[in-house]
Amino acid sequence: MNITTIINARIINPEDGYDKLGSILIESGLISDFGPDVQAKGQIIDANGLICSPGLIDMRVNTGEPGKENRETISTAAKAAAAGGITSIVLMPETNPAIDDISLVDFINRKSENAPINIYAAGALTKSLDGSTLTEIGLMSEAGAVMFSNGALPIKSAQTMRRLLSYSSNFDCLISNRPIESSLSINTAAHESDFSLRLGLPSSPSVSERIIVERDIALAELTGGKLLIDLISASESLIAIKQAKLKYSNISCSVSINHLSLNEKDIGDYRTFAKLDPPLREESDRLDLLNGINDGTIDVIVSSHDPRPAGEKRLPYSQAASGAIGLETLLAAGLSLVADKQLNLMNFLATLTCNPASLLGLKSGRIKKSAPADLIIFDPNAPWVCKGKSLLSKSKNTPFDGRLMTGRNIKTICKGKLVFDSSN
Amino acid sequence: MQIMTYSKNIIDNIFGGIRPTSRALGKAATTIQGWYDSGTIPQKHWADIINAAKSFDHTLNSEDFFPKQLSRLESFGYPFNKLHCLSIDDFNRPDIETLLSLGAHYLDLNIQKNPNNRVLKGKTLINLFFENSTRTEKSFELAGKRLGADVISMQIANSSVNKGETLMDTAVTLNAMNPDIIIVRHSASGAPALLSQKVSCSVINAGDGIHEHPTQALLDALTIKSAFKKISGLRVAICGDILHSRVARSNVKLLNMLGAEVRLIGPKTLLPSEAETWGVNIFNNMKDGLEDCDIIMMLRLQIERMSDALIPSKREYFHFYGLDKEKIAYTKRRTLVMHPGPMNRGVEISSEIADDEKISLIKKQVETGVAMRMGILHALSNSQDSIK
Repeated sequence: MNITTIINARIINPEDGYDKLGSILIESGLISDFGPDVQAKGQIIDANGLICSPGLIDMRVNTGEPGKENRETISTAAKAAAAGGITSIVLMPETNPAIDDISLVDFINRKSENAPINIYAAGALTKSLDGSTLTEIGLMSEAGAVMFSNGALPIKSAQTMRRLLSYSSNFDCLISNRPIESSLSINTAAHESDFSLRLGLPSSPSVSERIIVERDIALAELTGGKLLIDLISASESLIAIKQAKLKYSNISCSVSINHLSLNEKDIGDYRTFAKLDPPLREESDRLDLLNGINDGTIDVIVSSHDPRPAGEKRLPYSQAASGAIGLETLLAAGLSLVADKQLNLMNFLATLTCNPASLLGLKSGRIKKSAPADLIIFDPNAPWVCKGKSLLSKSKNTPFDGRLMTGRNIKTICKGKLVFDSSN
Repeated sequence: MQIMTYSKNIIDNIFGGIRPTSRALGKAATTIQGWYDSGTIPQKHWADIINAAKSFDHTLNSEDFFPKQLSRLESFGYPFNKLHCLSIDDFNRPDIETLLSLGAHYLDLNIQKNPNNRVLKGKTLINLFFENSTRTEKSFELAGKRLGADVISMQIANSSVNKGETLMDTAVTLNAMNPDIIIVRHSASGAPALLSQKVSCSVINAGDGIHEHPTQALLDALTIKSAFKKISGLRVAICGDILHSRVARSNVKLLNMLGAEVRLIGPKTLLPSEAETWGVNIFNNMKDGLEDCDIIMMLRLQIERMSDALIPSKREYFHFYGLDKEKIAYTKRRTLVMHPGPMNRGVEISSEIADDEKISLIKKQVETGVAMRMGILHALSNSQDSIK
């Protein structure tokens, strides 16, 4: 039997707010005991008083596999995730071909067998992401797809969305949809504000997001389907979600770490690395989103990792691709906000561990006896400078290039095995 | 329910059985047995019987040899006096009992195929089918003919409907030809009801859009009753495309009225959103839904009525909702399977189930269909006559 003990750790379990010094005993890849009184056995990992929390779960990761392997492969993404303290990732179906069939879900499962971390597939909501033809949600769910998404492309038709929510509720599947009213947002590159208008960028208003947030909430109420409102960015959306959550438990939402850390001013002088989808919005939006994490309205933070080679980014702003990588900076960017007292540590960690785990129905994401030993040890105060070039992702399009960060992942343990150690 | 056949009445009540009748008339017992089974007596023997009856202190006249003039249809003392068959809602419980016992009466092939049957003699039936049909149209045609009626089947493809005539104009035109019963199938819900307001004859709904198919429900009930000798207390699961099924709507009403426990099983996209209010239990998976069911009624996936895809593929539908040996085992008891037809093999039902005579009632349903429709035609014609 493979036995490891993490000693001298500040154990934080966001599920129940547990926060004590102690040790964690790992046997055969599972947590067998934890707390101040646990006797160290087997191989010892000394945490030196740093925080040990459940490994992070990132529900929104794009790679280029299959079809666009020049952007990122599953194996490079897994390495980057392990370095960033992420032990489970969900791959978006926006590949070529899209993950819209059981054989493609199976492809992802087989490709992920030898990965250092847990990799799950999100199935496509519609065939080839066409926005109208239902996919075999039941069969893909049986094959192992943990959620269903249409990637960056929203479901335009309310009728289709109704049917998706209604049909998927037979199998209790999570349906994720991007809140974008396409007719308002098509061919735009920025948030509609004084700033973008001065820059002369085609822009879309925040209500484009709010309209679909409200539509999807209404459809989730009607059908009882499990809805994830994918990547909110505006204060208006948050107000609608807060209201809906008072009555309905089947509605959840996610936000990307970029929208918690950056605002529209980061576009600066047409910096395309800060061109994101949804666009970066105003500082007031960012502050409201941070409050949404602290008061529990926002369920999940994601990296929205979207690797793009320089060729797709080094273009005039409105022609450049949207998206940024984030696997390695997710934890650090969040810890920087914690250090600035903008985010509450426990709430921040909950949105990356137990909250996504319960939405996806995973056993990980919590420190509990017989839970999988997916754990990270991180230093919440370590200062470092983010350098795009030294990141492990195949593409280097990070908006945090050159930024000062506070807090960093030190060790990653997945299924009881040490898969990343910063001292090496 | 009054006796439908006059011969039984005469043989049993006047002469005291088949053998006494044979002695009294001096005819072979097998001949009397033939009259007894068919329910009728050829006219050439009537005089002999009237004479013989006198010696048994009974006065018969020729009226006694016409059952429809003799018997007023009723159950529990409630006369059957409905003129149309548009929806199960048209009937009360005694009406249903009258119809089912008439149907059961015609299940006997000797009675059903008796060439002397004159219940509908001189009456005209028009089959007006705006939608395709094999079972319903042909069984109504056969039922009408076996009851002695003149049956006309309108070929919609060759009719003035294709020249742009509206339903109401077609109805008025046909009505002017004085038919007695019009049997309508139409793709629009409520079309037969509209028609019934414009014509002076009886109208039978043979399926209207996604509203009702009352004669199918009645024949299903009769099939269940023949197989289980009862309906009350049975657990019936109706599975599949409930949303587009008129058969399901009629069956839910009728089976509820007759005291069965009805369950609806299907994916949420194929279940009406307010179906809980129908007095049924709703299930979204076969495993829970089929437990302890006595009857499983499978419905056809009505792809032609779906405006766009409500299910992703036939493969996935069959995997989760198609009835095969594995799923039928969820019932944990002996179960019989029904299907109103036409079947899509490998979509909602596997061939191994559909063709297994031990569990499939599907052929039986078609057979019962003719008898039940004879019963319905008989009852409507009877109440037409009694109102006149």
